[in-house]
Parts: sequence; structure tokens; C-alpha cells
Amino acid sequence: MRSPRSLLGGLLAVLCLAGPISARAAEEHIPLPNEHWSFESALGGFDLASAQRGFQVYSQVCANCHSMKFLHYRDLSGIGLNAEQIKAVAATFTVPLGLNDEGQPVEGPALPSSRFRSPFPNDKAATAANNGALPPDLSLIVNAREGGPNYVFGVLTGYGNPPAGVAVAEGTYYNRVFPGHQIKMPQPLQDGTVTYTDGTPNTLNQQARDVVTFLYWAANPEMVERKAMGVKAVLFLVFMTGLTYVVKKKVWADAH
Amino acid sequence: MAGLHKSDFANPVINWIDTRLPVFTMMQKEYGVFPTPRNFNYFWNFGALAMVNLVIMIATGIFLAMNYQPNTELAFASVQHIMRDVNFGWLLRYVHQNGASMFFIVTYVHIARGLYYGSYKSPRELLWIFGVVILLLMMATAFMGYVLPWGQMSYWGATVITNLFSAFPWIGPKIVTLLWGGFSVDQPTLNRFFSLHYLLPFVLVAVIFLHIAALHITGSNNPLGIDVKTPQDTLPFHPYYTIKDSVGICVYLIVFAILVFFAPNYLGDPNNFIEANPLVTPADIVPEWYFLPFYAILRSVPDKLLGVCLMFGSILVLFVLPWLDTSPVRSARFRPIYRLFFPLLIISVVVLGMCGAHKPEGIWVTLSRLGTFYYFFHFLVLLPVLGKLEKPLPLPESISQAVLGGRGGGPLPSGAAAKPMEKA
Amino acid sequence: MADTHGAAVSGHGPGGEVTKRDMIKLVATAGAAIGVGALAWPFIDSMNPSADVLALSSVETDLKPIAEGSGITVVWQGKPIFVRNRTPAEIKEAQAVQLSQLIDRTDGLDKQRVKAGHEQWIVLIGICTHLGCVPLGNKPSDPRGEYGGWFCPCHGSQYDTSGRVRHGPAPLNLPVPPYAFTSDTKIKIG
Repeated sequence: MRSPRSLLGGLLAVLCLAGPISARAAEEHIPLPNEHWSFESALGGFDLASAQRGFQVYSQVCANCHSMKFLHYRDLSGIGLNAEQIKAVAATFTVPLGLNDEGQPVEGPALPSSRFRSPFPNDKAATAANNGALPPDLSLIVNAREGGPNYVFGVLTGYGNPPAGVAVAEGTYYNRVFPGHQIKMPQPLQDGTVTYTDGTPNTLNQQARDVVTFLYWAANPEMVERKAMGVKAVLFLVFMTGLTYVVKKKVWADAH
Repeated sequence: MAGLHKSDFANPVINWIDTRLPVFTMMQKEYGVFPTPRNFNYFWNFGALAMVNLVIMIATGIFLAMNYQPNTELAFASVQHIMRDVNFGWLLRYVHQNGASMFFIVTYVHIARGLYYGSYKSPRELLWIFGVVILLLMMATAFMGYVLPWGQMSYWGATVITNLFSAFPWIGPKIVTLLWGGFSVDQPTLNRFFSLHYLLPFVLVAVIFLHIAALHITGSNNPLGIDVKTPQDTLPFHPYYTIKDSVGICVYLIVFAILVFFAPNYLGDPNNFIEANPLVTPADIVPEWYFLPFYAILRSVPDKLLGVCLMFGSILVLFVLPWLDTSPVRSARFRPIYRLFFPLLIISVVVLGMCGAHKPEGIWVTLSRLGTFYYFFHFLVLLPVLGKLEKPLPLPESISQAVLGGRGGGPLPSGAAAKPMEKA
Repeated sequence: MADTHGAAVSGHGPGGEVTKRDMIKLVATAGAAIGVGALAWPFIDSMNPSADVLALSSVETDLKPIAEGSGITVVWQGKPIFVRNRTPAEIKEAQAVQLSQLIDRTDGLDKQRVKAGHEQWIVLIGICTHLGCVPLGNKPSDPRGEYGGWFCPCHGSQYDTSGRVRHGPAPLNLPVPPYAFTSDTKIKIG
């Protein structure tokens, strides 16, 4: 019959429908760095050591201005910390702990169940303290930008002197990747900003890679479980497709 | 009419129920022995796929609603709660999110199949009209569902789309205020969209029931577009088409699974990972991909009211399609000229989709105007005229003759087709 | 669907013996059943407590403001927890009760229900074991029932100062939540 051709036609239709999306991605004009990330391949996971270093970079540098309000310290089990380590890490941060019996807000060392400490009490305070620019929450930042990890990596490593003839406004900094090239965030990372305990060289690139790995995990904490389940689901479905196809052939043998 | 049904089922429990309410007899009649043209190709799977998709959407939606908060302060965070803390919440959400895209892929193929093989023609006009109602309901449901996560695209999509109604003179702004329940998209809007997003799928179920009821009165169309004449032209739905649909469902689930597990945000927009901010509009506002062709039609003309009318018109024209197409022949297979124009319709819709994804400047304006022109030309001019001018190819005498041609056009050996179930 | 029909076409050989086609159909049906079953679990499990609920922290309570003879209610895991400061007379009475007098004898002795050295403090999950109402009795002015503890307004169950049910319909004693004294005047529940 003409079944194979029909199937091909269906597939083609799907591809055509997907066309517009790839066309949209092609609109990006600023070339992004093209780093290799283990988590971007179909079955790839996270480099946990890198993600842990990234958490250190976030805590020591980014967290001074950027919140991550959708994360809890308990979530750090996802980058390989055990319960004791999480308790110890959480206890180093002071967070609001609700109201005491007199109705007054109290602060204290964070528990594993606490949310990540936010540097500012609210967005207005954050905006006022940062030269009128709100430092975006980083919980989902990798998913929230066209280009994802390469974009965030590009911004972190994209600082430099403006090319001749490009004026940079007061209170902003030149950045190759940031849209408009003028960013209000001063260069956050340089060679040696953070000292790693595991002896990894703390170059700018290494720190940026680590923090991007951490941020990618933070935005997609379910990724490893998702891909593992996906492999099983697809294998099962391929098996079922074969099986039903054989049954179909046998049932239809009568009809031809 | 009153009186017990005489049931033929051997199982005493089934027989007891069936005697009092003949649902099993009905299932047997409509899905068991239901005579179905024997020559379906795999494009006839897509109705069943859409059914499966709807069930998946309703199931995941109900469980998502158990954890979702329709409140502007909490909505975005409650989605993150689902994604991070609820057991398998990420799975339910990604299935629901990508399920919307899968639903439109499947439905668009289903519609294209109907267009190519003339499934909208007499006597299936009402069946087709129910289908267009289903499409409209799906679009409304998808649009309101996209608002619920309360990201930047949710918010600005809702603002732009509801503002379309403001194009109508005098009454327009009043309609918009009514839709919003205020003077901008805000808490009342989100709350009512949630309510309606939960309701409409069940309305959809009801209309789909009518769609299928009408189908089972007229019987299915088929790739040849000719009527069923003898029992030899048909096969019982079960097991022939239950198993063929099962193959299709498996393939469809593979595509679905790859999307959900390996590229869950491929069809999404990064801006929707940013919480809604009524004071900042994202640089590029684009609707979800399945609305892009209509969005391009909207923007193809500089006049606001005309654009809105064209956009709504592009779907409303489908309602009268059965009467626009004047050709007596259903299947494009026997319409040599229509067959050449049909790909142009598909291309124009795809091009419109690409235009919708780009800023309306330069070449994209020209292309979207060409696409819009062809879309309406096809339905309003080409189909009425072509029916009169085109000389169709000779139609086969019957389905069985065309399919089983090798065995000759005459009556088949008894048992070969009329009672295939008795063959080993 | 329509199994009667399915059986007719399932390809039994002329003699009715099971053919290869039956086998493969069986496998396909079983596969589909497994698939649907596996699909059901995520839906069901999504209704179980989520990670944030499971991680809910413990509650610290300061005992200093609780006057002798009265109690307070604190919330732990969404449940009311009674913390009561018992008078010496109440303690004596509670300790004197014999197991034979009780409806529910597990953990029936007062010393099983308090922390050694802190006998004046009784900490209970304040949910009636009958049908889940919250009994009265924390304030001295509340009805406390015949046994001086708590009285459930829904169906009249009565508990003594150790939280043991003394008068039905409630079948069980009020449970003691996990807690510990972090100092003489502070407890941590959970």
C-alpha cells in the first residue's frame, strides 16, 4: 500500500510546523561563545564537582546581589551534597525564620528546608541598591535567556574595553554579549576571584563554566531523572511499536 | 421505546447491565463491528491520536490543578513548586505543556487530511462544522492555558490577544474591559482564565462526542473519496482499525516522549521563565507556534480592524468550506488541478507561520501578504471556480475493486472480504 | 473493547489450538497494560506529600510564658500540638492511674508520656482520636471533662491530664509527637 509514503508525509508536516521555531532562533545577531556542556547532549548529566564549585561562586560572588528564590538548601542534594553537608552549608547563612511568639521577625541560621538567602528584602530595595537596575533572580536564568548556558557564560566572560568609537554611558560597563553592549552589572568574575578548595585553577573561564553549570542545574534540577526516564520510555515505546506493527501485519493478512 | 434490551452477551454481568442499559451493545456496534472503509491510510490515525491527546491533557491538567494557584502573586511560584517539589510534578507539567503542541500538530494534520481527501463534502458537512467548532474551542483553551503560568509571555500574550477585540468600533473597548474584569490583565483575568481553562476541555468532550456521532451516521470518508457500496468495501473497526490505530499511537507517543524527556522547552519561549511584569514588555512578543500563521495574517495589513477581521475570517471561512468547494469529487487523488494547488495552501500556511515568528519588516511583510492572499484566494476563489472547470479523473467503481484489484473487479470469493473474521 | 468479537478473529486454528498469533497478541496486550500501569504511578504519587512538605522544619517552642495549670497550642506539620504545664496535683493524679482503668493501655503510664525530669510538661498531638476534632481544655476556663484534661466538643470524648482517653467514643490516647528539650524552658517538636 502507500503507508510508508503517508508516514513520511506526516513526518514532513511535523517538520514544517517546527520550522518557524528554528527560524526564530536564527534572529540572534550577537555571536555567542560555543562552549561544550555535558548537560546539553541528549543523555548527558552534570559535572557535579563543577556544579559544587559553581555553588561556591554563586554564594561568594553572585549572591551579594542576585537572589535564587526558588531554591532551598535541601535541593543541594541534587549536586551531590549529603544531608550532613547540606545542614552545615545551610547553617552558614542567616535567613529570616518567621515570627517569634511576640510577633517580631526573627533571623537565624538557615535549615535545610530554608529557601536560599535573598540579598535584599524585596525587588524595590534591590533596585534602589543597584543603581536603578534590578539584579534578576537566578533560579531560572539559564532557561530565561535565548542561548541559555552559552549566553550566561558569554555575559560573564564578555567584559572588556569598548571598541574604538563606542561610548559607554556613566554607570554602565561594556559587554560583548549583553544586548545593547551596556550592562549595569560591574564585571563580577576575574581570574582568581574565588579560591577553590579542590585545587582547580580559578581562571575566569573556569569560574564562569562552574557557575553556569550550577545555574543550569538550578533551573533544571529534574534533568538527570528526566533523561533516564526518557531512555526507558522511548525504548519501551519502540518495542511496543514493533510489536503492534507485527500484530497489525498479521491481523491485516486476512484482508488483502 | 420502553422495555429491556435483549442482550446477546454471554457474560452474565455484562448481560445484566446491557439488558438495562445497552452500552456494551452500543460499543460493539460503533467500535466493534462498525463497518469501516478498508482502504484507510495512516492519515486516518490522527482522529484517534487527537482523542488520546485530549485524554492525556485532561488527566495531567486535573492533577496539575491540584497544585496550581490562580493568583497573580502565587501562580509563577506554584508552577515552580510543581516543577521542583511535587512528586513527578515536572513530568505532569512537561507532558501538559508539550501535549498542547502535540495536540495542535495532530489536529492540523487531521484537518489537512480532511482538506486533501474532501472529507468536508456532502454528506459530512455537519461533521466538518463540529470539527471547526472543536478547533476554535481548542484555540481558546490553549490560549487561556498559556496565561496560567504567569510568565512574561503569558502576560503579554494575554494582553495582546484580548486587545484584539478593541479593534471593533464602540463595543470593542467594553468587551476588552469585560474580558479583563478590570483595566488591565490582572488577578480577575487570571482567575477567570483558570476557571474557563478547566471548563472548556469538557465542553470539547461534548462537541467531540457530536463530531463522532455525526461520523458514525455518515460513515468515514476514505482516500478514494467514493462511497461505500457493498460490504466488501468495509472491514469491522475491531480488530483491523483498533490495531492500526495502536501502531499510530505508539509512533505518536515516541515523538511525544522525545519532546517531553529530551527537549521539553524546545517549543517554548525563554521569556516565560521570567515572572509576569506589567511594566516591562519583552523585546519580541510571539505567540506559541500553533498560532503563528493566524498572527501573521493579523499583522499582514496595516489596518487594525481589517487585520482582526481577516484573522477571525481565516477560521470562519472553514465553516462555509463545504459550500465553497463546488467539485462533486471528494478525493484530490482524482482532481489533477486541485492536487497541484493543495501544496500551495500548505506552503502558504507554513510561510505565514514563519512570518508570524519574525518582526513584521522587510521581506516578511511581503511574504505575509502573499500568504494571506493565497490563503483566502484558495478558499474563496479557487475552490468555487475549480469545481466548475476541472475535469476529474475517472473514479474507481468501488473501494474493493480499487484495493483488491489484483483479484479482479468482480465479486470476491465468499469469505475473502465479507467475512474476513472467519478466516484463519 | 468488544472482546467477544476479538475472540472470534484472534486466529485460533481450526482445531482451536493456540497459535503464534495469539501469543504475540497476548504480549502486545500485556505490554500496553504495563505501559498504562506505569503511567498511572506518577499521577498517584503526585498526590503524596511533596518535597517541601516532607522537609518541613521542626518547631521550637518557648515554655516560659505557659502558666501552671494552662496550656498552649502550637502548630507542627499543620497539626495542633498541645503543650500544657501541669500542676503538682495533676501530676500526682496522672501518675496514680492504673492501666486497668484505661481504655487504651499502650503507652498508658504517665511516665511513658512525659520526658523524665520534666514531668510538669505534657506535649500531645491535639486531635481527638475519634473523628479528628480538636478537644478543648488548654485554658483553665475551658470545659475539661470529668478527668481534668481535655474534652472533645464533637462527641464528648474525655481525656485526662496525661492525654489518655478515659471516656469514649474515642478509642485511643492522644499521641505524643516526637520532641526534645533543648533547654529547661525550650522544646523542639519534630
